[in-house]
Amino acid sequence: MATDILMPALSPTMEQGKLAKWLKKEGDRIKSGDVLAEIETDKATMEVEAVDEGVLAKILVGDGTENVAVNTPIGVIAAEGEDVSARSGQPNGAEAKGVAPNVEPASETGSGTGSGGGQAKGEVPAGGGAPATVPAIPKAPSAAGSPPQPETTAAPEIPEGTEMVTMTVREALRDAMAEEMRRDKDVFVMGEEVAEYQGAYKVTQGLLQEFGPKRVIDTPITEHGFTGLGVGAALAGLKPIVEFMTWNFAMQAIDQIINSAAKTLYMSGGQMGAPIVFRGPNGAAARVAAQHSHDYAAWYSNVPGLKVVMPYTASDAKGLLKAAIRDPNPIIFLENEILYGQSMPVPKLDDFVLPIGKARIHRTGKDVTIVSFGIGMTYALKAAEELAKEGIEAEVIDLRTIRPMDVETVIRSVQKTNRCVAVEEGFPQSGVTAEIGMRIMEEAFDYLDAPVARITGKDVPMPYAANLEKLALPNVGEVVQAAKAVLYR
Amino acid sequence: MAVAARKQSRAASNATEAEGQGELPELNKDQELEAYRLMLLIRRFEEKAGQMYGMGLIGGFCHLYIGQEAVVVGMQMAAKEGDQVITGYRDHGHMLACGMDARGVMAELTGRRGGYSKGKGGSMHMFSKEKHFYGGHGIVGAQVSLGTGLGFANWYREDGRVSLTYFGDGAANQGQVYESFNMAELWKLPVVYVIENNRYAMGTSVSRASAQTDFSKRGVSFNIPGEQVDGMDVRAVYAAGRRAIDFARSGQGPYILEMQTYRYRGHSMSDPAKYRSKDEVSRMREEHDPIEMVRRRLIERHKIGEDELKTLDGRVREIVNDAAEFATHDPEPDVSELWTDVLREA
Ligand SMILES: Cc1ncc(C[n+]2csc(CCOP(=O)(O)OP(=O)(O)O)c2C)c(N)n1
Ligand SMILES: [Mg+2]
Repeated sequence: MATDILMPALSPTMEQGKLAKWLKKEGDRIKSGDVLAEIETDKATMEVEAVDEGVLAKILVGDGTENVAVNTPIGVIAAEGEDVSARSGQPNGAEAKGVAPNVEPASETGSGTGSGGGQAKGEVPAGGGAPATVPAIPKAPSAAGSPPQPETTAAPEIPEGTEMVTMTVREALRDAMAEEMRRDKDVFVMGEEVAEYQGAYKVTQGLLQEFGPKRVIDTPITEHGFTGLGVGAALAGLKPIVEFMTWNFAMQAIDQIINSAAKTLYMSGGQMGAPIVFRGPNGAAARVAAQHSHDYAAWYSNVPGLKVVMPYTASDAKGLLKAAIRDPNPIIFLENEILYGQSMPVPKLDDFVLPIGKARIHRTGKDVTIVSFGIGMTYALKAAEELAKEGIEAEVIDLRTIRPMDVETVIRSVQKTNRCVAVEEGFPQSGVTAEIGMRIMEEAFDYLDAPVARITGKDVPMPYAANLEKLALPNVGEVVQAAKAVLYR
Repeated sequence: MAVAARKQSRAASNATEAEGQGELPELNKDQELEAYRLMLLIRRFEEKAGQMYGMGLIGGFCHLYIGQEAVVVGMQMAAKEGDQVITGYRDHGHMLACGMDARGVMAELTGRRGGYSKGKGGSMHMFSKEKHFYGGHGIVGAQVSLGTGLGFANWYREDGRVSLTYFGDGAANQGQVYESFNMAELWKLPVVYVIENNRYAMGTSVSRASAQTDFSKRGVSFNIPGEQVDGMDVRAVYAAGRRAIDFARSGQGPYILEMQTYRYRGHSMSDPAKYRSKDEVSRMREEHDPIEMVRRRLIERHKIGEDELKTLDGRVREIVNDAAEFATHDPEPDVSELWTDVLREA
């Protein structure tokens, strides 16, 4: 029986790739484990290995073909002597258009640049994406859907008439580091795979080439050690940027972050502090399960002596990272893998630096205030769109910095709307949204027409199964419902 | 760099020398057959997993063990029932070698209710109390202290068990490894540390991350004995495994085995593959394949016919296909599972 060889996906987001070359010819005998062909995307290559035995009866997609959709049959393996002449390169419409489930990459290995970055965490494309040989593809987690077009209201920091260029959050972060490294010789980057590999998620792409191995340093897998080393270097006056491959691994190093970086200025009576930036992706990616999905916003925001920044837009990522590198204090800079691939406008300015500790009103409205930050903004903005369809005008505030928290901006908004929903992906107990609720109660209780509501990640470790993961994360519907609840609708 | 190159080639030539010297204890026919069957099962299982990942049935990370099969298979042949196994995220092979059911492992990879963790753990986080497999850990190096704790429990209970604690060349640089070594030797805990040196931690070669690239010496300052072992040859692994496990079981304390091995595939499913040459990979596959070596011996020394091997291949393939079929059709966990297993009833 002839079996199709399907175009495989390098990552769950990959939708198409190049068939670089066949390593077997038509007529070659194949046994499992044989490398049949090489495929490529812009970031990664992969060998297609045979799982079935037989003869490579037909090559359906030739060497060098670009944009081959995932799951397209690229060749046929047949039993010896079997006739496969009827097979053509376009088996049937549904198959040829096959797409991989549109889950954001789960990769410490660079697949974070998959082509689907823009639709991170979107629904699985409807319909017959999968070939007949692949029953029951699990539904990908649907959290925030496609990124809302940031219809940023007046961004006070960007002068009117400034030209905007579209770039990914990943590029904005890279540019911020490169600009600051050009500006200040004391700034250097270290972390696992940041140099030769160009970053596990490609955020440090090109930095080694520009700044050399003394300033872009690959470390061994020794988080506690290199974090302490970084803090020591900072105490001595250098300005390290320490990248954690993900923040989950910074738990190995949290003692040095808190006991050494955060407290030394105070303990030394102001003699020495640590001008250091700790950065990397934080929170849930997709299907990476409990140990790789933790959101640390609440944890670090609990600690005096730290500043905690968690941007959502590309332009905030750039302006705030530049500010963080210049700041004389230890900064926790929480990025998000799913946002890395999203493209947004960034002002084309020589030196775009944003103030740490200032929230931004992302969308104005008068009926209800929705406060969030980081990836939580994707739920907030989508919910605001939904609410708008029902005539409810939500004001959406992006905190941008968790500590110090710009409570003033939130309070001013609540004084206007009298209602508030706070949204985060982290756990509910002692979460950032709990803090927001408390601060509003302390400072604007009399303005409230309803108790502050919060939508958070569920109070369970992140499950792996696609259906459970989807349930564990917040969703737009929950935010919409909460907004209506505080409006008594 | 020159040093690195020299060290690596020394490791590789050790491997060939060892094979050529023929001073390795021979395995009998049944042992060779069992080693062959298990390694093949792992290889086929991993190939299938790779394929299912490509089809979108498996999500997240999926770290394949292809190329390293002889390590866990040789060690399991040397271990006794009741000895514990713990490793990192490249764990599918360890689970199969511990006798865990292929269906349950594959269904965990697809996140279904029949998986070992009911679909809640995924590829990196699986456990089986029954088979004494303690995971399945996603944090590099964490399993080393945990494995030391398993050894501690054995020492405490005086039950004669040994903890087989596996970790990579990259993990070997984590600080807690050395904290564990110190305690293990101090208290003479029955732990065999198996360092699977596959030459790379993601895209970082051993020489770019390690000041001391001879991992068998990593216990020297704690007085823990260590050996470098040709981890592509199941006989060598088995022989060293026997020595190390006997040593630990007899109350003399921990032992370190550096298994010189190689991963054929990328670190996880996607890999820019720019940190090593294609030649290097194909040379290892062609000249040192752990399964091929046993296959040759089975045919040449043990006079096993091609037919018999084909039948065996077929049976392995059946197990893997059945597991894949099961893992594809088994339903996702019930939604109520979201809230279970967070805490136990006190
Ligand atoms: C504490 C921690 N840091 C970083 C990572 C990311 N990471 C996962 S695997 C890996 C490489 C480990 O290499 P090695 O120990 O040699 O094992 P191998 O993958 O080769 O089996 C890294 C850096 C992690 N999971 N945990
Ligand atoms: Mg390794």
